[in-house]
Amino acid sequence: MSPHTDTLRTLNSKGAPSDVEISFTNVSKAWGSNQVLRGLNFEVAPGEKVSIIGPSGSGKTTILRILMTLETPDEGLVTVGGDVLWDAKRGVKNKETKQTIATRRKVGMVFQQFNLFPHMTVLENVIEAPIHVLGISKQEANERAVDLLELVGLKDHMKHTPPELSGGQQQRVAIARALAMRPRVMLFDEPTSALDPELIGEVLNVIRRLATTTDMTMLMVTHEMRFAQEISDRVVMFDKGVVVEAGPPEQLFKNPQQERTQQFLKAVNPY
Amino acid sequence: MSIWDSEFAISIIPVLLHGFWITIQITFWSFLISLAVGLVVSVIRFLKIPIVSRLGDFYVSFIRGTPLLVQAYIAYFVLPSFGLVYDALPTGIVVLGLNYSAYTAEVYRAGIEQLPKGQWEASRALSLPPARTWFRIVVPQAVRPIIPVLGNYLIMMFKDSAILSSITILELLGTALQIGSNYYRYLEPITIIGLMYLAISFPCSLLIRRLERRFVPTH
Amino acid sequence: MNAVIEFGPLLLQGLWVTILVTVLGALLTIVVAFAAGLSGLSKHWWLRVPSSIFVEFFRGSGLLVQMFWFFYALPFLGIQLTPLMAGVLALGLNEGAYAAEVVRGTIRSRPKGQTEAAIALGMSPSLRMRRILLPQSFPSMLPAFGNVMVDLLKNTSLVSLVTVSDLTWRAFTARTVTGATLELFLTILVLYYLLSLLLGWLTRWLEKKYALDRKSLAKARPLKNLVGGVSA
Repeated sequence: MSPHTDTLRTLNSKGAPSDVEISFTNVSKAWGSNQVLRGLNFEVAPGEKVSIIGPSGSGKTTILRILMTLETPDEGLVTVGGDVLWDAKRGVKNKETKQTIATRRKVGMVFQQFNLFPHMTVLENVIEAPIHVLGISKQEANERAVDLLELVGLKDHMKHTPPELSGGQQQRVAIARALAMRPRVMLFDEPTSALDPELIGEVLNVIRRLATTTDMTMLMVTHEMRFAQEISDRVVMFDKGVVVEAGPPEQLFKNPQQERTQQFLKAVNPY
Repeated sequence: MSIWDSEFAISIIPVLLHGFWITIQITFWSFLISLAVGLVVSVIRFLKIPIVSRLGDFYVSFIRGTPLLVQAYIAYFVLPSFGLVYDALPTGIVVLGLNYSAYTAEVYRAGIEQLPKGQWEASRALSLPPARTWFRIVVPQAVRPIIPVLGNYLIMMFKDSAILSSITILELLGTALQIGSNYYRYLEPITIIGLMYLAISFPCSLLIRRLERRFVPTH
Repeated sequence: MNAVIEFGPLLLQGLWVTILVTVLGALLTIVVAFAAGLSGLSKHWWLRVPSSIFVEFFRGSGLLVQMFWFFYALPFLGIQLTPLMAGVLALGLNEGAYAAEVVRGTIRSRPKGQTEAAIALGMSPSLRMRRILLPQSFPSMLPAFGNVMVDLLKNTSLVSLVTVSDLTWRAFTARTVTGATLELFLTILVLYYLLSLLLGWLTRWLEKKYALDRKSLAKARPLKNLVGGVSA
């Protein structure tokens, strides 16, 4: 799906070809003396499912957070769906500008810690943003929410509050909540890392369904290697702020080219 | 006459400083009393002696739940009728000290309770006698986090000492009011003392905040 | 005790004034607390700095001094406040400054993930504060707010010093007439104590009612077809 042509008007000379959903061009980010991303160049095609793996502190979460405007890049250009999200050169660095807000709407995120709103019921969590941000009527938001909760298998828990749910249930609600905003891009930041082992499967099932039945672009940071192998179109290995290696899952997991990748995979999967 | 009379303002500063000195003395002695009496009260409560400890609980609850002003009036007006005639200043110091002893007692209690149970259990496992347990294990650890809180109470007592002006003590506020009524100019004296209270309170509270950061680390 | 009975009606009048001053002071405290507290959280320095100055000034200069200033000094600047206004104003600004720190501290201590989730859903800063941060913070604010209110109640006794005829003032004047100091002052001590206990119970009731991990209504009411009909 190509973006509307009128949204290309603010691009710089490089432009963004219509078969790119997400693009990072020369993006750098440092925390004090720690250079988290160095001149990152990275693209994701529309509808592509990409998994990002790598050791902690490698910068993989920072990529997602920059896309969700939770962090500001020091340098570089980031576009989503053809629109500029961040452009350090032209001073597009403030996250509450009209431009950033409009572009950000295309992106949704699921967090490691779920971050459901504890003072609202499950249903209220899911309808909150559609009503107050998109301006949808309460009736329509409710209908949409019920459908999504059914999709994630939690329709019966509509009136429960987050503290009453298990971690796996909360994360599934979080997914429904993000989907209610109909984003073009869904980000998953280690969605199962905070879960008890027996609850991981129910969340992965939902993500698998999204991957196989929708044409949303999905970007997932995860340690679940087998899952990444199963659903991804492309796997990217990150370390120390740069892409070490990238490729189709069969190639990267079975036949990693770089030594660092081999090291990492062996440490994570000792057999 | 202009609104602010600078000459007048400067002329009253010496007198105000004398009142300020009284305030400092009150604060100092009251603080000591509150620390000592609060300790006694909290020990009594801790030991859970059948009736006495409950009285201690009630003492703390009642004093914290009633105004200092009324307590001061009682001390000033009632005691003489029992034959206990004292000057206003010592009376005020004791009242302020006893009032805050209810707060320090709570601070001591919280400090002890915050100590991880494991410390008590380890002491018992090592068969340490009670006195050693208290002096070498419990108190040193409990004291550190409560120091900033006690510091805050010191600052509060400094400001609350102004209430004692109502029982004829010529501390800072009392002095200012006396100047005001003598010269019928209130703006300068009250404004100046307001700034004086602020000049002490604010830096001290910044110090306390720094102490908090040092003494109450997050694990 | 005769004095107490004889002056009972007047004492009750004083009690009523004390309650009035407490309620008015509490209302002003709440307004000031949120105005100064939320300003203190703003990303605009021109909101944060005045808020800071206000809070430090009113916490540091002492309530009684402030009350006397409003009553005795303000007239010299051309503003004449009634005793009641001077008392309530000082109480509200002073306690409001303390409560502002409660508001600011509670909201700041909410997990960062809440703000991030709200950003991820496209919510603007004001929406985030209004719909997400403030409602969650409210239950946590209650205990500290309760303490501020009890403090306020006790401090209303100071308005007697600027000639407001509250409970303390009534007891004081009754005493000068009858000399029955102990009975009168003990009586009002007990009345203040009961009022502060009442405030404590009120606070705990509110805490229970608005607790974040309370059981939802799901268990209490059977589920019906909820499409288009959800209004909790």
